[in-house]
Amino acid sequence: MKSLHAQHHPLADTSYQLTVLNPEQQVGQAWPAFAGKLRETGLLPLRPLGVGTLQLNVGKMCNQTCKHCHVDAGPDRTEIMTRETMELCLQALRQAPGMQVVDVTGGAPEMNPDFRWLVEQVSALGRQLIVRCNLTIIVANRKYHDLPAFYRQHGVRVVSSLPHFSAARTDAQRGEGVFERSIRALQMLNAEGYGQEGSGLVLDLVYNPSGAFLPGNQQALERDFKQRLRREHGIEFNNLLTITNLPVSRFLDYLMESGNYAAYMDKLVQSYNPAAAANVMCRSTLSVGWNGYLYDCDFNQMLELRVDAAAPQHIRDFDLGQLSARSIVLNQHCYGCTAGAGSSCGGATV
Amino acid sequence: MEKTYYNPADLAKFGNITEWQSEMGRKFFDYYGEVFKDGALTEREKSLIALAVAHAVQCPYCIDAYTTDSLQKGADEAQMMEAVHVAAAIKGGAALVHGVQMMNKAKELTM
Ligand code: SF4
Ligand code: SF4
Repeated sequence: MKSLHAQHHPLADTSYQLTVLNPEQQVGQAWPAFAGKLRETGLLPLRPLGVGTLQLNVGKMCNQTCKHCHVDAGPDRTEIMTRETMELCLQALRQAPGMQVVDVTGGAPEMNPDFRWLVEQVSALGRQLIVRCNLTIIVANRKYHDLPAFYRQHGVRVVSSLPHFSAARTDAQRGEGVFERSIRALQMLNAEGYGQEGSGLVLDLVYNPSGAFLPGNQQALERDFKQRLRREHGIEFNNLLTITNLPVSRFLDYLMESGNYAAYMDKLVQSYNPAAAANVMCRSTLSVGWNGYLYDCDFNQMLELRVDAAAPQHIRDFDLGQLSARSIVLNQHCYGCTAGAGSSCGGATV
Repeated sequence: MEKTYYNPADLAKFGNITEWQSEMGRKFFDYYGEVFKDGALTEREKSLIALAVAHAVQCPYCIDAYTTDSLQKGADEAQMMEAVHVAAAIKGGAALVHGVQMMNKAKELTM
């Protein structure tokens, strides 16, 4: 499968995605504006509660092309963060000791040639480091086989996607054979101590629905995942984080192609939860794109919705005070973060 | 457009049954909500039972609702199809076991 970008698909254009998400300009069918919902909840303008997490998207290159990918990542994508931009991010971290968590994502972040250098630098700063690892990268090539040991050395918290404990559900979303390779990678992480009691090495799994439905209860799914993965594959992990698929990029394409778009938006809007709205992740995160531009979250980044114009636009102009006072840029995809139990990179929010 | 007795949009109006008998309707929904809570059986197991029963009573609304709900609760296709087979086995078995009654009656009436 090719990325939308390589297919020259209309949805590769983010302005077209935004017209789909705001259909009153297009077909006359509309969902209430997300900003209006927040106003009713007393949260508009939406302000950060602080910037505790710096999320770095180090590139769109990936060894997989999952059907739901909001990044539109894949082997054909060449955008990656340079070492110069990484230096600017490190500078920002030095200026802001309160940014305690650095969350490295992609694509497959490990495919960035400066990835290991970045991990070493951040770890030397003593910040908590999260790497969003797609698992299969560990077994994709010999040069990646030592990633579990490298992660252990630097105390990295590994957060890995595994959409289901059954091979069929996982492969349907992420590609043929992904489940089996993911299991091998999980066994390698376990062998290094990850997910094992008392090791202090945290391995979290991410569940997102493999289709047009919302995630179920996080605790119940975690219990099922633990039971099945232990029984069938001897795998241990720490937490299961449930994430709702947002109608962005390839998931938006899937929704439209499968005729599920309207019903899915209805479901998100009907499931709006004010308590989840108060806890959306953009209130505590700043997201840096591969080219150094700043966004409220990874989803806004993929829609090319940069932080509010009154705030610094690029990491080279980082100013914590101004960024902490910014108002967060919202659009209709934000309903995905506030449906049901809420959704964030850290799982359910309520 | 072809008209049928069943309209998928009516599922979302299920709650409206309280309009003409609010007390009983409310009691039903309270009970319904209680039944599907995590208990001695997990929510996922209950959802699969509901899916099987939906096939046994052949309610298209319930089939839609509990297919979605089962997926949402983390069930996979294999579990869902096995649930349908459980319903089919019980329905088929229930028909066949009455064959004994038929045989009894036939033996009573024949030489
Ligand atoms: S979802 Fe993750 S693993 Fe899959 S294509 Fe996107 S970035 Fe790669
Ligand atoms: S999509 Fe981004 S900006 Fe919108 S609510 Fe979610 S985290 Fe915030």
